[in-house]
Amino acid sequence: MSRRLRLVVFGLGVSGIGVVFVLAALLIPRFGGGDHPYRDLAVPAAVARSAPNVVSALNFDQRALDTLGEETILLASVVGAAALLRPTTSEHERSIVAEDRILSATTLLGYLLLPVTLLVGLDVVAHGHLTPGGGFQGGVVLATGLHLLYVAGSYSTLVRLRPLTWYGIAEALGAGAFAVLGVSGLVAAGGFLVNMLPYGRFGDLFSAGTVPLLNLAVGCEVASGVIVLLAQFLAQALTVRATR
Amino acid sequence: MDPSWLPPTVIAIPLIGACLVLALAQHTPRLVVDVAALVTALFTVAGGAVLLVVVGAGRVVTRVGGWTPQIGIVLVADPIGTALALLAAILTACALLYTWRYFDSAEAHVHVLLLLFLAGMVGFALTADLFDLFVFFELMGAAAYALTGHKIEEPQAVHGGFAFGVVNSLGAYFSLTGIALLYARTGRLGLAPLGAALTGRGADVLVLAAMVLVLTGLLVKAAIVPFHFWLADAHAVAPSPVCALFSGVMAPLGLYGVVRVYVTVFGAAVPAVVAHRTLVGLGVVTAGLGAVMCLAQRHLKRMLAYSTIAHLGLFLVGMATLSGQGMAGSMVYLLGHAGVKGALFLLVGLLLARHGNVDEVGLHGRGRADGVARWLFVLAALALAGLPPFGTGLGKAISEEAAERWWLVGIFVLVSAATGGAALRAGLRVHFGLGKPPTDADPDTTSGEDEAQEGRFPARIPMTMVVPVVVLLVGAVAIGVVPAVADRLAEGGRLFVDQAGYLEAVTHGAAATQTPAPARWWTLSGVALGVLSTALAVTLALLAVHGRFGWLGRLLDTPLRTLHRAHSGHVGDYVAWLLGGVAVLSGLLILPALP
Amino acid sequence: MNMFPYLVGGWLLLVGCLGVVRSRDLVHTVVCVSVAQSGTYVLLVAVGYQSGAAAPVQGEGTPVPGPVVDPVVQALTLTDIVVSATVTALLLGLVIQIAKLHGTVDPDRLNDLRG
Repeated sequence: MSRRLRLVVFGLGVSGIGVVFVLAALLIPRFGGGDHPYRDLAVPAAVARSAPNVVSALNFDQRALDTLGEETILLASVVGAAALLRPTTSEHERSIVAEDRILSATTLLGYLLLPVTLLVGLDVVAHGHLTPGGGFQGGVVLATGLHLLYVAGSYSTLVRLRPLTWYGIAEALGAGAFAVLGVSGLVAAGGFLVNMLPYGRFGDLFSAGTVPLLNLAVGCEVASGVIVLLAQFLAQALTVRATR
Repeated sequence: MDPSWLPPTVIAIPLIGACLVLALAQHTPRLVVDVAALVTALFTVAGGAVLLVVVGAGRVVTRVGGWTPQIGIVLVADPIGTALALLAAILTACALLYTWRYFDSAEAHVHVLLLLFLAGMVGFALTADLFDLFVFFELMGAAAYALTGHKIEEPQAVHGGFAFGVVNSLGAYFSLTGIALLYARTGRLGLAPLGAALTGRGADVLVLAAMVLVLTGLLVKAAIVPFHFWLADAHAVAPSPVCALFSGVMAPLGLYGVVRVYVTVFGAAVPAVVAHRTLVGLGVVTAGLGAVMCLAQRHLKRMLAYSTIAHLGLFLVGMATLSGQGMAGSMVYLLGHAGVKGALFLLVGLLLARHGNVDEVGLHGRGRADGVARWLFVLAALALAGLPPFGTGLGKAISEEAAERWWLVGIFVLVSAATGGAALRAGLRVHFGLGKPPTDADPDTTSGEDEAQEGRFPARIPMTMVVPVVVLLVGAVAIGVVPAVADRLAEGGRLFVDQAGYLEAVTHGAAATQTPAPARWWTLSGVALGVLSTALAVTLALLAVHGRFGWLGRLLDTPLRTLHRAHSGHVGDYVAWLLGGVAVLSGLLILPALP
Repeated sequence: MNMFPYLVGGWLLLVGCLGVVRSRDLVHTVVCVSVAQSGTYVLLVAVGYQSGAAAPVQGEGTPVPGPVVDPVVQALTLTDIVVSATVTALLLGLVIQIAKLHGTVDPDRLNDLRG
């Protein structure tokens, strides 16, 4: 279609949808209202299992199957991106010899922040059932934190301290551990993804049953997965070149 | 013994298997990876088969995590959902066998992606939660986009994968918007709690708009006109065994989702006659467009892709009766089609491996030496037209009976004849060198000359590539001749359209009432119509091979060129059509349903 | 205007689609898909909002009294965000290969999938 025709088709469609959406939005309960039946069930259920962070309780206990699907989507995307960005037969990976100089202030700041960032990441993963955060959020902090090595140091430092094969394995094990914990619930308590461990005392690090374990599995998978994912894009930008 | 442990186990098997394969792939030889992936798929097949037996003519309800349906997620395995999960597992096993030592890449990307794709399809077929349905929809999507673009040396492949990804993702976001609207109204996410909350309140614009939006994503996956554009591109460029999965089960799962969501969530709120009329209309248009475009292709995989679109339209017509029999007929048809179409895609994959080309014109007569493959191709083409006793023929016959109106029966016959005829025409030209090689080429179509080689030019066809083809064709015959299949699906169809029973089973775990559905089997008229469409297909193929269309061909030239030009491969066009389609769907579903 | 947040959600979804339709660069297309998806976040979170309610994370030690905003939609949004990030990564991966093989990322100049 020509550009004009495409916009006409789009315009007709979007005006129809727009009218329908506005009419529908008029019937949605008032913004800020107090009628939330699912919340009224979910919050007491989370508190009863000693999980102060109700969002985590929903993600890792009440609706844990969603999260199993979600971390599988992440796994599929990482593997998929690795497949799509693999060097083709007409490409090779060159080694980087000379790199641009980096300001020493950047280096200093980067190396100071590296351990802090990694600690924050671990903290966010470990306290996912208590405070805002969790495996996904902490995993992303860990993975991006590691890339301070590249920002502050050099690509070759990053590559040396980033054995991709092992991150690939860690990613697979993290994702598998979630499913295996689900099956353990089946074996130990008679139901898939049943929270079979003691719930502990409200607010303790070791409480809420399997929620922290699932957080840990997801943290491991997300951190490793994002590292593998970024590695593919970095390689495309820096080292993969067409063979002449 | 309580069988509720089985459904989640069938989801977990391919998932854990995929993780194992990924971990193993880093340090073990390729053979181990091939074996581990195939064994995982076979375990899933076994799990699905056991589940199908256990489900019987009832439902198995699993409360994941032990939560009630109001708080947690529930899985419901019924005969139809389980049959689709089993189909996905069988096709994945065939694809893995076919790809045995087939991709050169040292890493196991394809194996892992295929297993994760399988986990997504099984989860989609078994879940009874609307948001969980969206999650598994996206899981299927993520794996599918990567599989589509896997041949990264080929410009068309990455382009097709991209268009597929954009259109499917936007469709999914429309669905999610609909889920948010439903949640705003009811505060529920489970299919059964949602259905219960909407029962007896009638439908206002909010509920109807939510229905249109939720169905949009599913219709995109099902490639119903005007949401179908991505399918031909994706099938044309994806590796052939992946196409067998896309055509055989992924797109049909979209249809399954449409009817499942309509019946369980909106069955009591939105009048059945409105849904029925709209879905029949969409089905007829899809079937017609798919059949015409199928005849007008020279790229073999595109031709098969449009044939899939045509058949998806026919399945939708059967399912849109919203009756047990229509559902059963469509399911038999769908299972038979998966076998036949899967076999055809794998046979085209063989051509690609041997000749590095999938162009009907360029391959003219070059497949003469392909031994058993050329006879299998002709047989599969006839089966596609509905030749008894293939499952396609039986499913077509049951669907025709359920559709009742004579003009719908005519559409079933003509569309299946057209798609079968197109496949047969290609088989006769490529494998038997009949007719003169055609010379005219429409600049607005894609030829199959630049398709990248799959496999490594085997001197003779390896058994691992022939066995899956034979398995799929034997399966398609079995669906037509084993009475238990049609019986079980007749019961499944009755359960599928029973909203009250579904709600009851999820809330109270009540067993389904055992009133056996009337068995459907070959009837005289069914056999006659099957033979008729096969005969039409043969006539059409012979006429086409010898170019005897004269004035009719000239008359159709301009409309065909316009149609070709509309399928432009431009992602902006596809999204414009997507929006236009949502507006049309809103008009068809909302206006007549308002009080 | 108590429906304003809902309309913002719908607007983002549709304006993202407009961006895809008008796009002249596939990277822009991918970003527009993300914009469309952020409409769903806004809508979900708006649906779960309650005026004056606290965040759905209870304090240390003992559960706090009083209402919290709906945690369910926040959990759904979290899932949705992960989906968005991963789909974006896949699509960008495809764009990189399109750029290499076609020498362009202008959708108007990709014309190898016709009919």
